[in-house]
Amino acid sequence: MPSISIAEELAKKQREISISEFFERNKQILGYDSPTKALLTVVKELCENSLDACEDAGILPDVSVSIQKSGKDEFLVAAEDNGPGIVKKEVANVFGRLLYGSRFHVLAQKRGQQGIGVSGAILYGQTTTGKPTRIRSRPAEMDVAYEVDLIIDIRRNRPSIQKEDFVAWDKPHGTRVEIPLKSRYVTGKQSPFEYLKATAIVNPHARITYLPPEGEPIVFERVTEELPPKTVEIKPHPYGIELGTFLAMAKETKSYKLSAFLAEEFSRISARVAKEICEKAGVPPEMKPKSLDLQEVKAILDAIKEVKIMAPSTDCLSPIGEKLIKKGLKNVLGALKPEFFSPPLTRDPVVWQGNPFQIEVGIVYGGDLPPDQPVDVLRFANRVPLLYQAGACAITQAVQSVDWRRYGLEQRGGEGLPYGPAIILVHVGSVKVPYTSEAKEAVASIPEIMEEIDLALKECGRRLKTHLTKKARRAKTREKFDIVQRILPKIAEKSAKIVGKKVPNLDATVTKIMGVIWIEEAIAYDAKAKKHTVTIDLHNFTSAGKKFNLHALLPRSAKLGAVDPKPKEVRDDGKVTWELKRINSVEKGTVTIELLALDKEEYDESELYVSGVSPELVIGAEPLPGDWELEYAEFEEAGEAPPPEEDEGEIDYDETEEVLEDD
Amino acid sequence: MTEPEGANKAVQQLYAIAEEIYDELKGGQIPKMKIPLRTKANIRFDPKHSVWKYGKLTGVRSAKKMKGALMLLRTMYVLDFIRDMINQSKSSTLREMYYISEGWDLAKFHSQDESNLLAEDLEVVTALMREDFKLRPEESGASVIGNLTIEEITRNGERRRINCRDDVGDAGYTIPYNVEKEKVKLRSADAKFVLAIETGGMFDRLVENGFDEDAKCILVHLKGQPSRSTRRLLKRLNEELKLQVATYTDGDPWSFRIHASVAYGAIKTAHISEFLATPTAEFVGVTASDIMNYQLPTDVLTPRDIGALNAELSDPRFATEFWRTEINAMLQLNKKAEQQALAKYGLDYVTDTYLPEKLGEIGLM
Repeated sequence: MPSISIAEELAKKQREISISEFFERNKQILGYDSPTKALLTVVKELCENSLDACEDAGILPDVSVSIQKSGKDEFLVAAEDNGPGIVKKEVANVFGRLLYGSRFHVLAQKRGQQGIGVSGAILYGQTTTGKPTRIRSRPAEMDVAYEVDLIIDIRRNRPSIQKEDFVAWDKPHGTRVEIPLKSRYVTGKQSPFEYLKATAIVNPHARITYLPPEGEPIVFERVTEELPPKTVEIKPHPYGIELGTFLAMAKETKSYKLSAFLAEEFSRISARVAKEICEKAGVPPEMKPKSLDLQEVKAILDAIKEVKIMAPSTDCLSPIGEKLIKKGLKNVLGALKPEFFSPPLTRDPVVWQGNPFQIEVGIVYGGDLPPDQPVDVLRFANRVPLLYQAGACAITQAVQSVDWRRYGLEQRGGEGLPYGPAIILVHVGSVKVPYTSEAKEAVASIPEIMEEIDLALKECGRRLKTHLTKKARRAKTREKFDIVQRILPKIAEKSAKIVGKKVPNLDATVTKIMGVIWIEEAIAYDAKAKKHTVTIDLHNFTSAGKKFNLHALLPRSAKLGAVDPKPKEVRDDGKVTWELKRINSVEKGTVTIELLALDKEEYDESELYVSGVSPELVIGAEPLPGDWELEYAEFEEAGEAPPPEEDEGEIDYDETEEVLEDD
Repeated sequence: MTEPEGANKAVQQLYAIAEEIYDELKGGQIPKMKIPLRTKANIRFDPKHSVWKYGKLTGVRSAKKMKGALMLLRTMYVLDFIRDMINQSKSSTLREMYYISEGWDLAKFHSQDESNLLAEDLEVVTALMREDFKLRPEESGASVIGNLTIEEITRNGERRRINCRDDVGDAGYTIPYNVEKEKVKLRSADAKFVLAIETGGMFDRLVENGFDEDAKCILVHLKGQPSRSTRRLLKRLNEELKLQVATYTDGDPWSFRIHASVAYGAIKTAHISEFLATPTAEFVGVTASDIMNYQLPTDVLTPRDIGALNAELSDPRFATEFWRTEINAMLQLNKKAEQQALAKYGLDYVTDTYLPEKLGEIGLM
């Protein structure tokens, strides 16, 4: 794939052809091949433009997108942001010229780079409606906003101002663009709403408002004040550089010597490495890059493959991060009350053909998600939702080739889209995402990328499975808990009444039925005091008294309030340990913890571990991992196993009832 | 069983059940009850009575699981309830018990099937009848028409002679829930056989056509799957008055089960099959062969029908040449037919042609 966009390449080649013809010919790759898609593309270009503008200026984005029906098949799409604004003399140029001030040649993890951006949207609007686009912008230093109606003079590729004025605007700074266009409005998977919703998930630092043609405005609130780190621009890495790109770079370089060209225009090539490449290729290092012929360039590229070159730096990537993925998912999907947000996963960056890329995956499960539908796969590349070409996309294919039955989802024959109440989010971040086509609608199925997605999905899947297994085990224990707490005492009372004797003590029977230590927690939140109160009950339903240690891993950002009983140890990494007093058979112990300075959603389940007790006797806490130093006393009188689950050879009468339809 | 004796025995047996549970709790065990399995895998042919009865397989109802624990709790409530009724010389219908359980909190029944099944469980475990527990079914509404004279003790204690042809209306004599000798005595019958009919529509057709008099038979309306009292009455007609019984049903898997419960014993009540089943009963209902031979109007088998037919292939009661052939033929045909489908050939076809042919085969006409 060439490093310069095909759009530009085409534009260059077709200089003699009019720009409108160029647009017409390349509608597909520009996203305007159908009226329905055109509406989404316009929304997308405007929204991404606004987010980029805000982030470049270090402003937390507040973007509002509205779609109004303005006639038969005609809509007015408006996007308004709180970005830095554009000075008057630049407004017309920024919006009224195609391929002006674009980001070609830059290698950085950025959104879009679709080629012709907002001016393409304006062009589409004016060719379908004959109407101008209205832009209003106010830089912070101006007292008023500049408002202009413009159309693009397509023969000269220059803005043509129809009307301009200064207007009062209550926004201190920002830009508003209103584009009229012929289109068709749809709801569903490929709608503006879905696009904005998905955008909100991966941009938790943005506040996004959507005013649909009908119905109430929808607001996706900001959930973090953290702007994504600024993306770093990097030079291309020699691994994976293509012949054409190399030639183009050699033609344009200002270096006079080949060795200097290699060392200066590529990342990770030192003077020494440059020399080594030249030697291996048999090309003199003093040679002028501009005069390299095809044979020599090929020799250099072959030599590059043989020389050991450091992997590119990966700090040019800006992953969303596990914390923010979870926040974003919770914020946007919270209304579905999912029972489980699988801890998201950000894989370490990996290099493919000299370009670092990084995979992130999150899974949401349960709640009001439909249990009998294929799971929803949310695809993202560089924080941009991909809504088209799902089947051709590496992300979808990777999801389909995982055997999800192992991770608790249904899947016919162990391949294809799994069924179940789940949403799977996959984000591919790279300075150069390999797309299947210039339309940038699907990620190409590169084996290295597929493998990374596969590993990330499986890791996340395991986390889901762990949750489901725990849930099933808990449900079973809860059922037993109900039996011994609510039903058994009544059986005892009734049978005692019938036989006319006194109600027997049930402790021995209770421990026979339960046979475990059951740990259950309740979390209360006091919004005013920003305080979580965590109450952990430890029921000993085994036949003997138990003394053991409880460990909790608390978020580092939390401050500990009152803790009862007093912990044995509180570590900097958030691990708190209690050496609990002996809990007698059929009695319970309680631990309470107050956590300060956290938001409500930052703490919804404790990570609990136990030591000094046989772990299979405990429901509701994990055994303390072996690599956490075990300096705590080992109490357990060895070898107590939980009661066997089923008595062998005994048939459960209540599970054998056939449908007895013969009276 | 006479009143006080049965009641006494019932009280003892119920006490024993509660005592076992109590002792298990006192001994620190998980309470449980052993009950013979009531499945088709656990019915065995009893050569002495020529009926199918429960075998030796037992299941355990244990408080280890929610369902079992709830049933044990319900059992305690039911025992307490029955004991109170016996002490106060009262009785209730099964439906009343279902409603009374509304006040049993967690132990309340969620459907009448649940409470009926529990009452049967108690019968199976104690070898007593639910009447001994003061529980009775409602009248099923099944009826009899024909020249049969019975003597019924009415609710006033009065003996009343009833001829089931002359003393009743067109709906016939309604079979009470208790048809034991202390309630109903069979005096005499001028008939060659008993024809037990599945549907009300066909029963009415035969009554209107005067089939009982023409064929000299007693017509019994089964009303679908026959109740215990209907089956008990058929059994007594067969044993005491030496009348041959023939069942005339639709041609579908459910009708085959109706015949099985009349002739071989129902799975649900296999503990009392020797009181309810009439082993010599013959099947003259619609078969797969009839569907073809008489070219009857049909319906396509539903998935449930197919499931039921397949279940019958593994049901030991149907393990005979005749039933295997007919069941497989019906599966192959993928069709079923109602008994009233014979009306295709006119209203009298069933009495003039079909029944004489079918009953002729077995020597009843």
